[in-house]
Amino acid sequence: MTHPGPGVVYTETLVYSPTPQFVNDVPYQLAIIDLGSGGRLTGRIAGERVAIGDRVEFVEFRDEIPFFTRG
Amino acid sequence: MRPVAVIGIGKTPFGAFPDRDLRSLAVQAGREALQDAHVEPSQIEAFYLGNFAGPSFAGQNHLAPYVASAMGITGVPATRFEAACASSGAAFFQAVMGVASGVYDIVLVEGVEKMTSQSTPRVTEILAAAGDLNGEVRAGATFPALFAMIARRHMHEYGTTREQLAAVSVKNHSNGAKNPYAHMRKVITMEQALAGKPIADPLTVYDCSLVSDGAAAVVLAPLERAAEFTGKPVRILGIAQTSDYVALDEKPDITTLDAVRWAGAKAYKMAGLTAQDIQFAELHDCFTIAELLAIEDLGFVKKGEGGPYTLAGRTCLQGERPINASGGLKSKGHPVGATGVGQIFDLAQQIRGEAGERQLKRNSIGLAQNLGGSGATCVVTILGEAA
Repeated sequence: MTHPGPGVVYTETLVYSPTPQFVNDVPYQLAIIDLGSGGRLTGRIAGERVAIGDRVEFVEFRDEIPFFTRG
Repeated sequence: MRPVAVIGIGKTPFGAFPDRDLRSLAVQAGREALQDAHVEPSQIEAFYLGNFAGPSFAGQNHLAPYVASAMGITGVPATRFEAACASSGAAFFQAVMGVASGVYDIVLVEGVEKMTSQSTPRVTEILAAAGDLNGEVRAGATFPALFAMIARRHMHEYGTTREQLAAVSVKNHSNGAKNPYAHMRKVITMEQALAGKPIADPLTVYDCSLVSDGAAAVVLAPLERAAEFTGKPVRILGIAQTSDYVALDEKPDITTLDAVRWAGAKAYKMAGLTAQDIQFAELHDCFTIAELLAIEDLGFVKKGEGGPYTLAGRTCLQGERPINASGGLKSKGHPVGATGVGQIFDLAQQIRGEAGERQLKRNSIGLAQNLGGSGATCVVTILGEAA
């Protein structure tokens, strides 16, 4: 998979009511990231909660899910 | 294209009905619509069924002839339409086109969904399949999460508040409490709405529509023949269906749903009307933020003003432009495949003067907006008095 690179949080939410495969993850933060390379990507936030406008760095893919953390 | 009229309407109550299956709900609504139109099953020339996920919720496929034949309708085209939560809006659009084009005279269009037999996580998963499974949904998006992210961005750009979102819920519950067909006939206070259990921040359980069972049906005919069947025909003044990207992260600006703007503009043009001519509306409040977006994207107010307009009471039953007098998806319930035709039922009831405690005085021109997914399908219909 292509490394998405750093970006800026376009929007985010904290999910409390998930689909069955994520029942053990809640609450988890989901965000749409404006990528520096152009385009947007929906991913998860690892670590402390981020807000719109925050810079984030790509961490890794876990089960094909892109994870970001505060930059 | 010739003018088309709604000549009969039928609907089950929306709610949780453990003893009822999908077909029995659909048959009940269909038979009511046929009786209301004084039409026999043998007179139906085509059957259109809106249903989002019968195969997932109930295990049954090949639903349209399955439902039609149970009403004694055979020998005609019977087809299911799927467009997420706009499934029966899409079925209705095709039914109108079938009559407007002159191919058919008398058609029956229905929407149905049976949702409450599954657990909440499983319902969440089935609904999420209306999003992009290879992107947002894989990452953990649910529909509440997608609309929560829309709400967050709308709050950021326009200063929309939690209280303004909650005002949608309080209003729609107040209206739905007066609707005998509504799933949750319960008035709620602003304090309750603000203190709801979180589902996807900033949305709480009071920002989310209900998981419901139910069906709605209407019979259509050319306007010129409507008087043969009913003294209360309702005319379709304008209708449009549009499409857009499925994934939220592909939309350039998530505070505006382009599919809604486009469908509204096309429907206004067909009707020869503007947003200012619309006296009342049934809008797709799958989440409270969706009603605010719709008010803005349909041109009732400028972008960003939906929240203050709602909090000021301008869209309540006594307001200048009542929105979701039925109680909306929030209180009336949201059996997803039934919602689009359910909205047509609600508009027709108002225009015919049969809305009881919810009856509006300015009831001659109404608009319905039915949304699929996070805005990948939209159907906008404008109905009016036939006279």
